[in-house]
Amino acid sequence: MSTSKFTRRGVLKTGAVAGAGLALPTIFTSRANAYVNEPTGDTVTLGFNVPQSGPYADEGADELRAFELAVEHLNGEGDGGMMNTFSMKNLKGNGILGKKVAFVTGDTQTKSDAARASAKSMIEKDGAVMISGGSSSGVAVAVQGLCQEAGVIFMAGLTHSNDTTGKDKKANGFRHFFDAYMSGAALAPVLANEYGKERRAYHLTADYTWGWTQQESIQASTEALGWETVENVLTPLAATDFSSYIAPVLNSGADVLVLNHYGGNMVNSLTNAVQFGLRDKQVNGKNFEIVVPLYSELMAKGAGENIKGILGSCNWQWSLQDEGTKAFVKSFGTKYGFPPSQAAHTCYVQTLLYADAVERAGTFEPCAVVAALEGDGSSLDGIDSASNSGLVFDGLGNGKTLYRAADHQCFKDVLVTKGKENPTSEFDLLEVVEVTPVDQVWYEPDHPMFAGGDLGTCNNGV
Amino acid sequence: MDAILLQILNGLDKGSAYALIALGLTLIFGTLGVVNFAHGALFMIGAFCAVTIQRLLNLSHEVIDETQTDFLGNPLKVKVPYLQDWFGESMGSALQDWSVPLAILFAIPVMLVVGYVMERGLIKHFYKRPHADQILVTFGLAIVLQEIVKFYYGANPIQTPAPEALSGVAQVLPGVVYPVWRIVYFCFAAAIIAGVFAFLQFTTFGMVVRAGMADRETVGLLGIDIDKRFTFMFGLAAAVAGLAGVMYGPINAPNYHMGMDFLVLSFVVVVVGGMGSLPGAVLAGFLLGILESFASTTWATTTLPGINQIIIYLVAIIILLTRPRGLMGRKGVMED
Amino acid sequence: MLGLNKKDTNLLLVVLALTMLAPFILNPFPTGSAMAQFNAGYPDLMQRFVIFGIFAIGFNILFGLTGYLSFGHAAFLGVGSYSAVWMFKLLSMNILPAIILSVIIAGLFALFIGYISLRRSGIYFSILTLAFAQMSFALAYSVLTPITNGETGLQITLSDPRILGSSAMPDGSIPVTNLFGLEMRAAWDMAVGPWTFTFSAGYYFCAVILILAFYLAIRIFRSPFGMMLRAIKSNQTRMNYTGLNPKPYTLAAFVISGMYAGLAGGLMAAMDPLAGAERMQWTASGEVVLMTILGGAGTLIGPVLGAGMIKYFENILSKINETVLHGWFAFLPDGLEDFMVSIVYPFVGKGWHLTLGILFMLVVIFLPGGLVEGGQRIGRLFRRRGAKASGAEAEAAKQQPGE
Repeated sequence: MSTSKFTRRGVLKTGAVAGAGLALPTIFTSRANAYVNEPTGDTVTLGFNVPQSGPYADEGADELRAFELAVEHLNGEGDGGMMNTFSMKNLKGNGILGKKVAFVTGDTQTKSDAARASAKSMIEKDGAVMISGGSSSGVAVAVQGLCQEAGVIFMAGLTHSNDTTGKDKKANGFRHFFDAYMSGAALAPVLANEYGKERRAYHLTADYTWGWTQQESIQASTEALGWETVENVLTPLAATDFSSYIAPVLNSGADVLVLNHYGGNMVNSLTNAVQFGLRDKQVNGKNFEIVVPLYSELMAKGAGENIKGILGSCNWQWSLQDEGTKAFVKSFGTKYGFPPSQAAHTCYVQTLLYADAVERAGTFEPCAVVAALEGDGSSLDGIDSASNSGLVFDGLGNGKTLYRAADHQCFKDVLVTKGKENPTSEFDLLEVVEVTPVDQVWYEPDHPMFAGGDLGTCNNGV
Repeated sequence: MDAILLQILNGLDKGSAYALIALGLTLIFGTLGVVNFAHGALFMIGAFCAVTIQRLLNLSHEVIDETQTDFLGNPLKVKVPYLQDWFGESMGSALQDWSVPLAILFAIPVMLVVGYVMERGLIKHFYKRPHADQILVTFGLAIVLQEIVKFYYGANPIQTPAPEALSGVAQVLPGVVYPVWRIVYFCFAAAIIAGVFAFLQFTTFGMVVRAGMADRETVGLLGIDIDKRFTFMFGLAAAVAGLAGVMYGPINAPNYHMGMDFLVLSFVVVVVGGMGSLPGAVLAGFLLGILESFASTTWATTTLPGINQIIIYLVAIIILLTRPRGLMGRKGVMED
Repeated sequence: MLGLNKKDTNLLLVVLALTMLAPFILNPFPTGSAMAQFNAGYPDLMQRFVIFGIFAIGFNILFGLTGYLSFGHAAFLGVGSYSAVWMFKLLSMNILPAIILSVIIAGLFALFIGYISLRRSGIYFSILTLAFAQMSFALAYSVLTPITNGETGLQITLSDPRILGSSAMPDGSIPVTNLFGLEMRAAWDMAVGPWTFTFSAGYYFCAVILILAFYLAIRIFRSPFGMMLRAIKSNQTRMNYTGLNPKPYTLAAFVISGMYAGLAGGLMAAMDPLAGAERMQWTASGEVVLMTILGGAGTLIGPVLGAGMIKYFENILSKINETVLHGWFAFLPDGLEDFMVSIVYPFVGKGWHLTLGILFMLVVIFLPGGLVEGGQRIGRLFRRRGAKASGAEAEAAKQQPGE
């Protein structure tokens, strides 16, 4: 690149000159907007990129419902949902900056290639200024990288890996969802409390990056409280039958099984573990316990009876009783007939946060929006840290929340949840055991599990 | 020692699923010569027969319970299954509890019909077409079947639990426990396999079919309507795959994608067993199941990281390179 | 021209015209109209058409000519992508060395796998290639993460060395892929009335490569070497009896087609510098098989058409959602509108797989020779109509061998 005299601008000029020679200059233009996909009409287009085929299709469908609801609310239709409880009062139901919000959808197929193709078509063809959604960390990291290169904002959907805002963080990308480190930090004290400090844990871990980061996080935080880790076994992503991984647990001397699995993997491994009678087992004079660090409503539904009494963590739960949650559940439930999942919640919130940031920035220009999302340097109470600085907001279902400027990660309370023993309805699957306050899940941006990345600079795409 | 025994059991159990699917596939693929990419979908449809029966048994009407509220604060609607109205609570829930075994009775006719329709309506016209065309049409069919199931049942896995009496664990040897349903699955698979072999070996019908596999034209020249018998064989293959699916439900919750997960594996099993050989397919199924189980042990994965990811394919390569036609393949079947 | 006969020259010219004018052909509907949903003339999809076209052309050299059905060709595409991204990370963002390396590495990989797999034929060969590809996929996803970055896929970062380039741009962003300074993402818009046509540097680079790849394929098809490969397909035993050893020829075809796949993989990385393990999964290998058969195996243009068809469905149909449908049928009375939407909805958006499955079945049932045969039938229909007077001519057209 540096060895050549050709620069992008030079090429553009050449192209423009050549174009002028070939055709009327007015019809042959280079892309000379102030930033990529600057909305010039009376609408602005957002891109919602969710899994619509493959095993996470149902989760994607729920995310899409939340996006549609958010767009409705932004455009002033419906009851306004969490816009009424959101502590930032910039959204008035007249679209974003007076432009009506339109949206396009795409299918990530939970594959990074397909997700990028879909996001690219939204950017290149439909003129989307922001991409959101997704249900796995691999896709989130891939699309985040793309948005950084293309110069649009990425508001991550459900992604739990430490890497999304750790070693793969990008200036144009933001994550509201919690991460594996927070799961570990929130879960460990509750585990020690419920099951005691003398425990021997056996980990089964999905053999890819998200699984590893979660396993690392849980192991570190439980060992800090006195637990011992007997074994960590990696299981192939494609595994459907976990019997050969569960069987060795029986005689390993472990008395806790931690399943670092998600989605179909988790449903199967938990079902298999229950089949092998692990839950009725006594080891070292203690009841054998199973832990699923990351829960989702759809997984809980898929696992059925097996989930009862099993501890895990969540980003959000519809049964919370704060005003924001109640408003959101009401408008979602009225429209669709069932309560929203945490994936739906995070997508809805991300859309509102983006819209609010644009309103405050007064423009859709990505760098200005990034600056608005990075906030005014306000901070959360009770955390003494130089990095405790960013955008603080409230009323979106998680209590007081910080969008940290240093790594674009949200910091908020984390829920420790448990499979409900006596559900009253088919939606009533998880109960909140404890709300772990944000100062307990705090970490510094240069924490070893997150180190190695660089936000870089924001990109306007031009 | 216990650990080894457990892994052998696991291997037999995995092997039963592989063997059952491969048995059906090899009837179609190894003998009728049709590359059937929809075979995994048949397995999946079987599993969803169990889901359907469970849904039917749980059909319910709603009763409003004023004392409780739902998530929106309205009075809670409690669902009461019709079965419990008709047969009383204990009998009704007992029927629901046994939904998977009941589904077997449902699945046999369903799968025979599915197989019959598939063969008469579609596959029949493809016997003489190139394998490439067979791949395209059956793959298309597999996608269509899969998407229809997804449309009605969603993409999330749906639990089909084993009856209470058959769940839990059993003492196999002192100190070794194993889930009851997995033992049931193994016995069931063994019975089906034995049944299919006995049928082909000891009945006149089976004899004609075997003759037809060996030399279709000569059998046709003898004035025997071999086509009709092949249609039935296709139905039988579909039923075997379907039953494997029904019984698999309690082991792992069925989802619309499960057929594709097994598809590639079952082709590998059939080919490793050797084209055109039923015993080969069964043998390869159990062999690969057991090897996969052992490769998943901590000892194996620490010695050779990642071995559990590739063991099946590695073994397949080794076998195919040392034995040109798989374990027990016949000469001249799908070699060109 | 260029050592081709008249028919092949015409075919090459048609392909040349189609690829060069693709931004116009693929954008038939005015921007902003309801039908604009069906426009495919944006850079990413056009690039994909061309890249998968190259992949399928290469696959067809093996499958169409020799009849050997490889079920693991995606492995070469994946290896090509990984090599290209590593070149971007270590050397420079210039795509030329990256693409050359990806072709070489994929060729070596194909030589290794082909040498082993070609010891068997028929289904046994297919399963061997499948097994190798699945092993590559599984290892790339897990154990080989230090090289492949596993699930997330290999991306370029600010901290890469790039010894002949720069790690970061002066403004702190990651450098972009370029050909001696011409950025692959550069694009110009041309507005004609309500239409907007986009010309992308990346697309035209890929298109030129496609033309070259297509030309090479024609030469291979028409060469004595191609004849030898066809002989292998029709009767290997007879070939053995004439004293010819078919194996070197098949191996050469395998390696060439692996290099085509590597080229496609390298181009993919050059257009979008990311390499993911899913590119090597059996579904990806299956996709190229489907593309080739759908278009017409053994024909020159068929695989390109098949690739275009599948990628079009994947990228256009999946983006049609309920809101779009309501927009289309808004002119109908309310009840009818909802009815129409509910009829169409299962086939688009999240149901795009269903439509694809139905398409596969329809094509193979009604057009046994693939899409190419469809084109021929239409062509014949016109010719017959035009030449009603001279029955002999129509007869001659009918007898033309299917190509």
